[in-house]
Amino acid sequence: MKKLIVPAFAAALTLGLSLAPSQQAVAAEGVAVPQQKWSFDGPFGHYDKMELQRGFQVFREVCASCHGLKYIAFRDLAGLGYSPEEIKQMAEDYTITDGPGDDGEMFDRPGKASDRYPDPFPNDKAAAASNGGAIPPDLSLMAKARPDGANYLYALMTGYEDPPADFDLLEGLHYNAYFPGHQIAMPSPLFEDGVTYGDETPATVDQMAHDVTAFLMWAAEPKMEERKETGIKVLIFLVIFTVLLYAAKRRVWRDIH
Amino acid sequence: MMNHPLVKWIDHRLPIITLMNKELNEYPTPRNLNYWWNFGSLAGIILVIMILTGIVLAMQYTPHKDYAFDSVERIMRDVNFGWMLRYIHANGASFFFIVVYIHIFRGLYYGSYKAPRELLWMIGVVILIVMMATAFMGYVLPWGQMSFWGATVITNLFSAVPVFGEAIVTWLWGGFSVDNATLNRFFALHYLLPFVLVAIVVLHLWALHRFGSNNPLGIDAKGPQDKIPFNPYYTIKDAFGLGVCLIFFAWFVFFAPNYLGHPDNYIPANPLSTPAHIVPEWYFLPFYAILRSIDNKLLGVVAMFASIFVLFILPWLDRSPVRSGKFRPIFKLFFWVLVLDCIVLGICGAKPAEGKWLYISRIGTFWYFLHFFVIIPLLGILERPRPLPASISEPVLKAPAE
Repeated sequence: MKKLIVPAFAAALTLGLSLAPSQQAVAAEGVAVPQQKWSFDGPFGHYDKMELQRGFQVFREVCASCHGLKYIAFRDLAGLGYSPEEIKQMAEDYTITDGPGDDGEMFDRPGKASDRYPDPFPNDKAAAASNGGAIPPDLSLMAKARPDGANYLYALMTGYEDPPADFDLLEGLHYNAYFPGHQIAMPSPLFEDGVTYGDETPATVDQMAHDVTAFLMWAAEPKMEERKETGIKVLIFLVIFTVLLYAAKRRVWRDIH
Repeated sequence: MMNHPLVKWIDHRLPIITLMNKELNEYPTPRNLNYWWNFGSLAGIILVIMILTGIVLAMQYTPHKDYAFDSVERIMRDVNFGWMLRYIHANGASFFFIVVYIHIFRGLYYGSYKAPRELLWMIGVVILIVMMATAFMGYVLPWGQMSFWGATVITNLFSAVPVFGEAIVTWLWGGFSVDNATLNRFFALHYLLPFVLVAIVVLHLWALHRFGSNNPLGIDAKGPQDKIPFNPYYTIKDAFGLGVCLIFFAWFVFFAPNYLGHPDNYIPANPLSTPAHIVPEWYFLPFYAILRSIDNKLLGVVAMFASIFVLFILPWLDRSPVRSGKFRPIFKLFFWVLVLDCIVLGICGAKPAEGKWLYISRIGTFWYFLHFFVIIPLLGILERPRPLPASISEPVLKAPAE
């Protein structure tokens, strides 16, 4: 009888597992995305704080000129290993429009740790007007909002190349090997030594793409480490508990068989 | 415990203790149930998990089109263990369907729908339908792209109703498109329906306990030697099954929480931008394939609903006097073909309805209805079942020790 439980779950899982990737394949429009190695892969995956800090630097100095990060508050940057003091100072570098004050007017003040990361544009219309009609999407959830998110983002940022000779590229768009349809409004964002890393890591395009992708994965799933660490404990508990239940079951049923 | 004066005092006035003792403790159960019989209680437990996590999530969720998506992200980021609650709830829906689908196929294989359990089976089909409605409305609540466009596609199905179609859809939406009114009423109903489900589950159990569980041999118990008390035998067996199920469940919740979801639902709903491919959650895919396999919208909708409603009349389509597929060699074969057919339909549902996938889903749909309307009735007449054992305890006692 116990042999049946395995096929039962196997059948259920096959049903579920065989369908989910096919959904992703459809959404990805058939462009195979190369797989990278990430510190956050697998059940024991974790974030590399130095990598996240470098990624945040790339985001701040490159991406943030067009893209928002509205679900991240400065206080959340503690997850990157910054101290409260560093976060306070970092926030103060930004000017936040607050209010209305007692005089009924909006006013500018230095950022606080509780502020969300400020959007580069006041509204979508302004964003579109500055970007040839395309609205740069908010990046807070981008690593989860695309199939195979992290690998896709890395591929996208490193996937700019000259279009094939017979490719009809529209005015103002850029050819990207991995963007669905291959025509993307965003110009290639990363250039060699586009940023100067504090830890003297060479700022190659690959390095920056890798770092900022890791940062975006963290931004999309800041509780991932807590989740996986909890998961290991939960699984250990459940396995032991289930083995005990099985032993109890055998004992209770001993007289029946 | 039964002899405690307070318990006796209560039980004399409200015999609830006697009832629970009779239905949960002493309740005579066939001694030969296999592990496929675990999935009923598993489904009940998952329903409880869904209600508990759902109530707590509702305390933090905002059913407004401008705040719903943000409030879900707030749950994920700022609410203590909010990520865990949400991932349990989201993956719990998938596991609810996995468990219930196995439960249904178990009923199909062992003929659990046959007399005298027809009403028990029909109440089960009602549970499935209410579950599907609840899951569909729940998926709309995060107000992501798939929420919005899934809601648009599915509610639009009702526009296929002749004459009143448009009016019905407007009535469902509470407006002229899927909008805030739609989100609000879906939230209200998503909170209500699980409690309706609990009530129907009580009816399901009531009907079950009238004649007791079917069993792998599909023959009635001949006497007390064929039955054992539910507690401790099946409480411990169900508990072990629950442990195994929770291990799989925990794997998804903690290590692959978005695997069964769709990335597009992490994009906020945008009525001006249609996703390239609108796909429902995996548990609706076979029905979605049936819907799209027919060119005519009305007929497609009718076929989709018919694919579920056919289960209501199954007890009368299957005229074979033998319940269990174990003794029906040809039925057994067709049962597995049906399982395969449903999986194939599920895969078709995830693919664009064009080219070979459209043809495969047409064959799959055709086969689905052929199975229920032609093969099952014919087998009842033509098939020669193998001889049945004299009693439950006979083959059980003869079986090699396990």
